Amino acid sequence: MKPWLRLLPLVLVAPLSWIGWAAFAPLELPSRDELFEIPPGTYARRMAGDKVEILPDRIDLTLGLNDVLLLRNRDEVPQQFGPVLIMPGQSFRLPFEVASTYTFACSAHASGQMAVVVAPTPEPGWQRLQWRWQHRKRATMTPETAS
Amino acid sequence: MKRRALLLATLPLTAQAAPTLKAGVFEPAQAAPEFTLKGSDGAELKLARFKGKLVLLVFGFTNCPEVCPTTLATLAQARKQLGADAADVQVVYVTVDPARDDIARIRQYLAAFDPTFIGGTEAPDKLATMRKRYGVVAEKIASKQPNAYGMNHSTSVWLIDRAGKLVAMMPYGHDAKDFVHDLKLLLATT
Repeated sequence: MKPWLRLLPLVLVAPLSWIGWAAFAPLELPSRDELFEIPPGTYARRMAGDKVEILPDRIDLTLGLNDVLLLRNRDEVPQQFGPVLIMPGQSFRLPFEVASTYTFACSAHASGQMAVVVAPTPEPGWQRLQWRWQHRKRATMTPETAS
Repeated sequence: MKRRALLLATLPLTAQAAPTLKAGVFEPAQAAPEFTLKGSDGAELKLARFKGKLVLLVFGFTNCPEVCPTTLATLAQARKQLGADAADVQVVYVTVDPARDDIARIRQYLAAFDPTFIGGTEAPDKLATMRKRYGVVAEKIASKQPNAYGMNHSTSVWLIDRAGKLVAMMPYGHDAKDFVHDLKLLLATT
């Protein structure tokens, strides 16, 4: 047998093990809060002509993982943040318990609306694998990581 | 007092009750903006009138085809389920369509859901100021017929505690059970 053929099982086992783990291991996140924050100085930046967009017009959450929308205003003035007006130093914590699409009237978006899409808890198997894959992609853009 | 003590004993309650609400919670809660409207009960409609009660503040219009009837029916059902505690809960319905919603119309409309509900209206600019202070959106949907227009408006219910603090906001779609859950918690803690 050629030497490289001896390594073939190892080459195959590693990715298959990872896929098995990713599909069936329990999902966890450090926090169930999906945080969006208005940093200090946002009002001043807007007044200076900067286009500052903090809250997207669509937010994706997953039940049991990140199912609490947390909006925090760290600016010095009240801010319309999605569906609510939040005072300086104040937070708004909105939990979701049912998978659905929630639409809110919102003057901060050009469309006049924002949507929170709450997906069901991923089942073991394909759904968990898919969730991990998507979350990995997202984690490359944010400091938050999945396990 | 006995009822309140019983509630405290039966609910999974700690000093920090707010995070356990089904509604979205403001942290820390701040004084709800005061307003003065013409009330559907014939009296001046001010928040201060209801100090000591929980206020459920709703914005809508009586021609609303779906959201307002659903929300008001849900709140009426929640009040029924609260039993005697419902006396400490006041629903206030503020129109976003003062052109069509006069006092008589609001009174008749609300009576179909619960005769204790109180509605309010005022001049458009005063209502717009109030909406701004609550972060409420309302926008006319143009129609070819002048009196057949619709309104896009915020669909949530604002929860104001006995001390007049804006503590939470319940998004549209929650059923009466969720309101009862939150109202019991707030009645027990504030």
